[in-house]
Amino acid sequence: MEPILKHNQLSLEKSRPGRRGVRFTPAQHPAQTYLPQAYLRKEAPRLPELSEFETVRHFTRLSELNYCLDGEFYPLGSCTMKYNPKAYDVLSALDGFTQVHPFAPESSVQGTLEMLYRFEELLKKVTGLAAFTLQPAAGAHGELTGILTARAYHDARKDFKRTEVIVPDTAHGTNPATAHMAGYTVINIQSAPDGCVDKEALQKALSDKTAVVMLTVPNTVGLFEKDIREIADMVHKAGALFYLDGANFNALAGLVKPADLGADLMHLNVHKSFAAPHGGGGPGAGPVGAAAHVAPFLPKPRVEYKNGKYTLQGKLPKSLGKMKAFYGNMAVCLRGYCYLRQFDDATFKDIAENAVLNANYVRAALKGKFNAFFDRTCMHECVLSINPAEMNGVHTSDIAKRLLDYGFYAPTIYFPLIVPEAMMIEPTETESKQMLDAFVAVMEKIYDEIHIEPQTVKDAPHTQCVCRIDEVSAAREPNLRW
Amino acid sequence: MFIPHTPQDREEMLQKIGVSSVKELLAQIPQDLLYPVLDLPRALSEQELSAHVRALAARNKPLKNFIGAGIYEHFIPAAVQALSSRGEFLTAYTPYQAEASQGTLQTIYEFQSCICSLFDMDVATASHYDGATALAEAVLACLRITGRKEILISAALHPHYKEVLRTYVRHQPGVCVKESPFGADGALDLAALEKNLSAQTACFVLPTPNFLGCLERANEVAARVHQAGALLTAVVNPLALGVMQTPGSYGADFAVAEGQPLGNAMNFGGPGLGIMTAKKAYMRQLPGRIVGIAKDKNGRRAFVLTLQAREQHIRREKASSNICSNEALCALNAVIYLTLLGPQGLREVAELNLERAHQLAERLEKLPGFKRKFTAPFFNEFVLECPVPAKQIVRKLEKKGIGAGYALGADFKGLENCLLVCATETKTEADLQAYADALGGI
Amino acid sequence: MHTEENCRFAKTHEWAHVEGDIATVGISNHAQEEISDIVFVDLPKVGQQVTAGQNCCVIESVKSASEIYAPVSGEVVEVNTALANDPALVNREPHGNGWLFKVKMTAPAEYENLMDLTAYKATLKK
Repeated sequence: MEPILKHNQLSLEKSRPGRRGVRFTPAQHPAQTYLPQAYLRKEAPRLPELSEFETVRHFTRLSELNYCLDGEFYPLGSCTMKYNPKAYDVLSALDGFTQVHPFAPESSVQGTLEMLYRFEELLKKVTGLAAFTLQPAAGAHGELTGILTARAYHDARKDFKRTEVIVPDTAHGTNPATAHMAGYTVINIQSAPDGCVDKEALQKALSDKTAVVMLTVPNTVGLFEKDIREIADMVHKAGALFYLDGANFNALAGLVKPADLGADLMHLNVHKSFAAPHGGGGPGAGPVGAAAHVAPFLPKPRVEYKNGKYTLQGKLPKSLGKMKAFYGNMAVCLRGYCYLRQFDDATFKDIAENAVLNANYVRAALKGKFNAFFDRTCMHECVLSINPAEMNGVHTSDIAKRLLDYGFYAPTIYFPLIVPEAMMIEPTETESKQMLDAFVAVMEKIYDEIHIEPQTVKDAPHTQCVCRIDEVSAAREPNLRW
Repeated sequence: MFIPHTPQDREEMLQKIGVSSVKELLAQIPQDLLYPVLDLPRALSEQELSAHVRALAARNKPLKNFIGAGIYEHFIPAAVQALSSRGEFLTAYTPYQAEASQGTLQTIYEFQSCICSLFDMDVATASHYDGATALAEAVLACLRITGRKEILISAALHPHYKEVLRTYVRHQPGVCVKESPFGADGALDLAALEKNLSAQTACFVLPTPNFLGCLERANEVAARVHQAGALLTAVVNPLALGVMQTPGSYGADFAVAEGQPLGNAMNFGGPGLGIMTAKKAYMRQLPGRIVGIAKDKNGRRAFVLTLQAREQHIRREKASSNICSNEALCALNAVIYLTLLGPQGLREVAELNLERAHQLAERLEKLPGFKRKFTAPFFNEFVLECPVPAKQIVRKLEKKGIGAGYALGADFKGLENCLLVCATETKTEADLQAYADALGGI
Repeated sequence: MHTEENCRFAKTHEWAHVEGDIATVGISNHAQEEISDIVFVDLPKVGQQVTAGQNCCVIESVKSASEIYAPVSGEVVEVNTALANDPALVNREPHGNGWLFKVKMTAPAEYENLMDLTAYKATLKK
């Protein structure tokens, strides 16, 4: 039965002329009093006209169409969908933080600056790096910040011949895109058959033209680079910098410090490793850490503590410049700060230990029906691969959609690119054994369906508010607005 | 913290994996580096954490805020936060599985639609990090489209935007950034603009209101820019568009904005909400996510991330940008805000901003030694010339609990005595008088 | 009129068909099958110089962006404007109305070095 109240009616379709949500006590004079006609808009914008109640109902209904971490297991590989503690929602919404203007006098914002300073100090402790900037607004923005920092470092040494950035084929697409944005030529190197960096290929690619080598640790197939220190030495010997993509820091937390692995630069994702919510795509925060020799080139300003006062220091002659307006995504960093304050040396390692335990448990439990592409111990995520020819023509994307029917969000699929029909599962440390068992049971059920009634899987999902979507026509004739 | 396993769970899991301890799983890590000393402080319970963070918040001193300069204090209806903080929005990820993400996708589509209509532009993206990075990426698109190498910007562009733009284009081969001056009235010097435009100009960056609060004769600027074969990228205040002429009406090719004034708190300037819009012809040059309408296989309307072949996960080093997120939650705040206000409410709040700022200017100009520096029309902020360095005014008024404004001396030579002052609808008659009294009393 | 039989092919799956000094360029049936549902063709500009073996155009599907390499060198004299509204034409008629652009050749010998259909098909079997 088609419902009378359509679930996906647009707000504009519910709109009635003259209806209002919010009223202000109007100004005494219209805009013409203050501005010449030429500066005024000619026609009112086509915004919806709803009552407050209708607005509340509209967005509440929409929210109910989402799967979310609070409601469903969200095993998205590389995204670290761990529990977002509710206390941080409350604390980051305190007026004392939200109602602060970035250009308010520093003496009036000491609380905010102290929080940011302390957060940087904690990040230094857990990574072993010498300095952090909180300016980048996201992980990819952090990557760009890091690579531009590296570029400023080489430029300051008048080492202008370094024009290349080396990226393995397992890297996130942001790595090569970032290097390109920073004006570098991207050198892609293939991975070795064991899923790690091919040292020979790396050695061949390295030269006095190499500016940076970008590596994700653990890498995107969920494996720790076994020769990481040797690799770092090779990079440093070539005069290049080692950029460690911290997207997978959840597997390192408390186990090993990136600085000990030889990292010169790295970014962290507050919205992954440090439990800030993803917000449907953002905002995040991508702090960048640097070893002492690279630190002076980080963006300005930097938070400093001197003579009992916190300041934003803008006079940094070697700095690469600014990466965004104002200082950083303060409200997101505040959540990260809250998170780190809830751990000490004894408990911080529990994060990575249990993330690794959970990923290996899923890998072991699925073995036989769904196998890991690299059949060995993984870190915080496992990457499975299927052969559609052995699965009645069912593809990874079909399994992803079928999972939705059983109340699970899908893993990351078709990434990394070197794994055919990849399914990347990152349970995170905050999921219980019982939830993982339920997930495994559902995957087994889907496996049986694939062999008994594959069409059910191929036609999935069957339980969502819409069926499978025709993305082709959407891209051919884009409808991007009302 | 937050780990649910009991010892028995852990035991069973290790058994299933076939190892005797977690440490066995960590054999890949160089063993001599395992478990380093971190020297973290004592772990806080939730109760202790709450007390600690509240104490930090209390160390911030609330000021009656008359500072604008890119981030604005506005009234945010309670429904905005109540709705956007729902876990279904807050804890969802990027809508990769469209069928289970229709809520987020539809809100983004509605956001794009509201923004397009407000700006009179053809297409809008799902949002960018902030206004400054949105501008930088729009300018990069202009360089790609025109194949030209010179970026001309208004000298009255926000100083942070200038810096971010320079950071983003610094390593583009052969590209340079030039400034075109403003005149004595605070608006662009059109004769100088004409001279500065050339066949090398890829685009002109037109902030209106500019950083000095002044509104530009956008039609006249646009005509000159297009005459030179360059593209026009406008930087606007989205709330001002409740009454002000739109970027589309003067033919802007790209229009960007800091969207924070639309339902987002100041938050010390972050997160922001980068609004990015363009003419249809440049749709495929836009960086970042875009949501479109599609049909599901039963012909029902559905929403989906579209035009993805532009993006980094497909194009890698050939992508137009490395961006792979948007400020979805901030965009959600903005679309809820715009839905609550509607066209009428947005007009009302924009008119209130105009009125308050003009009332304040009138009062302050009556004080001996103070006058408005520029004569060009303004929206909700203006430059006040003071008898003493503006920095001193800021210091003195802070002692009286007032955030006086933004002292311009550090960014603009010759404006050391000038203060950028803002009054939004949040300021009452009494607030305006209190500011005038405080200023008169020093 | 160009057909699969009267074209010559590059290793990178483009075809060229020559009349006088003008080469019409498209992608092979195999290539369009690999790319699958084409949603947008980013054509070169008329007047643009293209070089044999270098990328000059991008074909987008929902999940991919494929570089198209010029099979011959020269100046682009015409592009297939019908693809703006109907990019799927490349899927339906890769060798007919789904052609991409025409080049006024500067080095006609390059054309001779391309493969004929039989040789091209042999490369696909490998």
